Parts: sequence; C-alpha cells; structure tokens
Amino acid sequence: MTLSSNNISSHSKTDLYFSWSLRGCSILAGSLLLLVISFILHEAWPALTQIGLTRFFTDNGWFPTEASYELTPIFWGTILSAGGSIILATPLGMLSAIFCHFYAPPLLARWYRRMIELLAGIPSVVYGFWGLVVLVPLISSWHPPGPSLLAGVLTLTLMITPTIMLITHSSISQVPTTYIHSAVALGLNRWAVIWRIVLPASRIGILTGIFLGLARALGETLAILMVSGNVVQYPSHVFDPIRTLTANIALEMAFALDHHRAALFMSGLFLMSLVLCFVIVAEALRRKTTYAGVK
Amino acid sequence: MPTPKNYRINFTPSLLMSLVFIITIFFSLSLAQAQEGKLVITGSSTMAPLLLEIGKRFEAVHPDTRIDVQTGGSSRGIVDTVKGLADIGMASRALKTQEDHLFGSMVARDGIGIILHTANPIPELSNSQIQAIYTGKITNWQQVGGPDASITVVNKAQGRSTLDIFLEYFQLTNRDIRAHVVIGDNEQGIKTVAGNPYAIGYVSIGTAQYNVSHGLPIRLLPLQQIPASIDTVRTGLFPLSRPLTLVTNSQPTGLTKTFIEFAQSPQVHDLILQQYFVPLQN
Repeated sequence: MTLSSNNISSHSKTDLYFSWSLRGCSILAGSLLLLVISFILHEAWPALTQIGLTRFFTDNGWFPTEASYELTPIFWGTILSAGGSIILATPLGMLSAIFCHFYAPPLLARWYRRMIELLAGIPSVVYGFWGLVVLVPLISSWHPPGPSLLAGVLTLTLMITPTIMLITHSSISQVPTTYIHSAVALGLNRWAVIWRIVLPASRIGILTGIFLGLARALGETLAILMVSGNVVQYPSHVFDPIRTLTANIALEMAFALDHHRAALFMSGLFLMSLVLCFVIVAEALRRKTTYAGVK
Repeated sequence: MPTPKNYRINFTPSLLMSLVFIITIFFSLSLAQAQEGKLVITGSSTMAPLLLEIGKRFEAVHPDTRIDVQTGGSSRGIVDTVKGLADIGMASRALKTQEDHLFGSMVARDGIGIILHTANPIPELSNSQIQAIYTGKITNWQQVGGPDASITVVNKAQGRSTLDIFLEYFQLTNRDIRAHVVIGDNEQGIKTVAGNPYAIGYVSIGTAQYNVSHGLPIRLLPLQQIPASIDTVRTGLFPLSRPLTLVTNSQPTGLTKTFIEFAQSPQVHDLILQQYFVPLQN
C-alpha cells in the first residue's frame, strides 16, 4: 500500500488534489490577465464611445482639460525611447556576455557576472534619481535644456543592458561543449567559433533576452518620467524632451477626472496593444529561428 | 472511516453561512450607527486630499461619525452645497460677490512661488516678463538682463491645481505655454531647477521654503515687489495665493459646525503642512 501510493503512475488522492490545485492556480493566473485587460477596457470605455478612437490620432495636441486628446506624439515617444535603448543595449549586452564567457580570466568573469547581476537588481527609481541629478545636468551643460530623449534612452540602456547580458550569458554557456571542441578541431579561431557556432546556436535565448529588455523599456515609468522632460511633442533631435505613454499616466492620473481619466486609460490600452504586438512578433521570430536552426 | 469526512463536509458550509450572517449583521449595525453622523463634502480637488486626512482624524476623535469626501472642482462644491447634495463644499478660491448668500470658512491658504537656481543673478521678473518666458517669446536670460544662456521652462502636468492658479493669474491657457520640462509633483520641480542653473519653475511656496532651508540651491522670486514666503501667503499679501474655503449654506450648526471648527483648529496644522498649504495661525 505504502509503496504503491508513492508510485508516480498511481492515481492517489494526494495526486488528484495536487493536480487540481495546479489547475486552479493556472486558471487564476490566466484569469488575472483577462481581468486586468477587461478592467482597462471598462475604464477606457467612456473614451472609446464618447471621444472616439480616431480623435486620439487626429486631435490637435494633448490638452485633456480642453478636450483635445492626441496621443500620437506620446506613442512615438514610447517607441523612440524604447527602440533607442534596445539599439544601444543589445550590442553592449551581447558583447559583454561574450567577453565574460570567452575572453575574461575566470576570476574576473565571476566577479564581472556578479556585478552585472547586482546592476540588474537596482530598482528603477534609483536609476531615475541618478539620471535626474547626474545625467540631466551633464546633458544640460552640453546642450540645454537637459531632460531629453537622449537622457531617457541612456537611462533605459543602463537598465536593460544587464538583463540582455545575463540572459545572453546563460544561453551561450548552455551551448554544448562538443560544438566548440569540434569547431576548434576544424581549425577555426576563437572569433569564428563565437560568430559562426555559439551565437547561431544560442539565438533563441538571445532573442528572449532582447524581448525581455524591450518589455522592460516599454513599461518603465518612474525613471523615464524623471529624466525625459515629459513635453508632448515630436522630437526633432535627441536633445528634445519627450513624453512616454507610461509617464503620461503617472503624471496625470492622480488629478484626472471624467474624460481625462478615461483618456489616460486609453494610453494604458495603447501600451498594452504595443506590448502585445511585440509578443506576437517575438513568437513569430522564435518559430522561424527554431525551424531554421533544425535544418 | 468516511464518517468524519462526511461530517466535515456538512459542517463547513453551515459554519461559513453563520459567519457570513454574523458579519452582515455587524456591518449593517455599524453602518446604521454611522449614518447618524455623516457629513458629505464635495468640491475642489486641491483640497480633497487635505479634507480626507482631516476627516480621518475627525472620525478617530468622534467614532460615531463618517466623513465622505468627493472631488469634482470648486464649482461642483458650491453647486452641491446650494442644492443640498453636500453638507460642506470645498472651494479653493474666495467666494464671488454673487455667492454672498453662502457662508465661507477659511481653513488654510495655498501660495505658489516662481523659483530660480541660486546661480541665476536675476533679482526680479515682472508679470509680463514671466508671461513672455512661459509663452516662448523670451528664450534667453540676456533678454531680461541676465547671462547669455537659454531659458529652460519648467511647467506642471495638466490637472494639477498649481498649474490652474498659475494659468489663471498670468492669464494664459495650456496651449500658449512652451515648456521644456513637464513635471508632476513639487519635489520633482525643485530637483529639476536645482540641477539646472538656467531653469525657471513654479512650485508650492511651502515646499520651496522647506527645501531652501535644507540647503538646496533654489531661490524664490518676489512678485510685484512682494517677497514670496509663508508669512506673505498667510496674510494674503502675496498675489499668487488663494484661500482654501469650506462653504456652507448658512452659519454652520451641529456636526457641520463641530467639523469646521476642528478643521480650523491647531490640531490639524500638521496635516495642512503635510499638503504644503499654509495654516492661518502661526
């Protein structure tokens, strides 16, 4: 009796309870997402029905207290700051992962990784505060006013580089050593091994790291609010201030009423659709690379 | 062996039911009790956070009362009071002459000061110069007698009451303003100006004076030769300031009177200071 109840194939009561509680947990996790989406939809509903979706693109500027609700410049602010930081952070994160795994002496590599892990754990408000008191005055002395797209991009880059570096590092260290040994036996040099063998073999992990970084950059609120100036406009160069969708919500939510409030929930809805688009693209890319990797 | 299990299954719902029943009774009892001493306060979103805190403290002192605070702007506060929908209205302005039939009781004052970095030598700006700076007609400090450096204009996010009084006083609209930085709360404004020698901003005078006394490199500008300080706001001398008023239909009586007297008493001065307003007595 005792033996059979410990057997993995037996359908004991404990197993049954366990599998049902697991099912319960996954239903809870899934329904939480649906709940959040339906809540945002519900709060944004007055904006969708009484203001109309097109006015969020065609109105003349964002002046919610004067019933003008154009979100396009804010939308672009989000895309430019997140996109810019990904462009900077991806090579930085990947190269430091390659350095750490293949070039650094073992002692240095261990401490280097620890340091990056620490960097990944710093709360965003600390980055924001650092940006506000160090980076912004620095940019301001170079090219006023200081709070700008550039400050936002640099702060976000600093925040997401550790994420990309750590995930790239763990996926390149999972590449089977037989691959590397065979490549070396064929006479390839170190750079060729990395570029031709290791990176292609670990590209799914690297892609995951990039998308995690992108998600963090898109969703970042406090740091970007503190350093990017929050002026609603299309920036003409990197020294112009911008406002992101997240900062828009955080800045105005506390005092927003009626349509203004609903319009802020629309910003949230836009942000969610943006993230959703990226998830779909990521999934498509992952499939493509998986099949390409198999051949 | 199955008996205890069955017993448990039968027992649990009945226990739950009775618990729910007891809680319901408790709740309805406590609600009924609270209804007896309920005050509805509506109006200014500037004052709502302060009144919410005062209400909490009032409820702690008078346990059988409930203070319900709702926002919607000063005008709603006055309309609701006239219609009898609210016991007390909150208005972050003085009563107008056509509102003479109402009774206003001031609880605090709110003042806004223009701030510059201490490295900026400009002694004073006229109202029209501040207007020109905020509308982008003056973009360099040289144009108002300062150093040759471009001006960084710091503005507040929409919906903030500070922005509303600023716009009203300088007769501007949101669309006129050409800002370089838009900030949320007072602290962020102070950090921004403290980090940029050529920035100009406006914040609550209470916050500014607190930060000046803690050594931050910012400076409050006088307006129309009147220095910006908590004292000139308290006396109403400082032009960019406004009274925070509780409005009632007539001379307050009963619970309304008790509450308004409580809100004017030194017992809530710490709450007023926490919201960066200025209490009436020193």
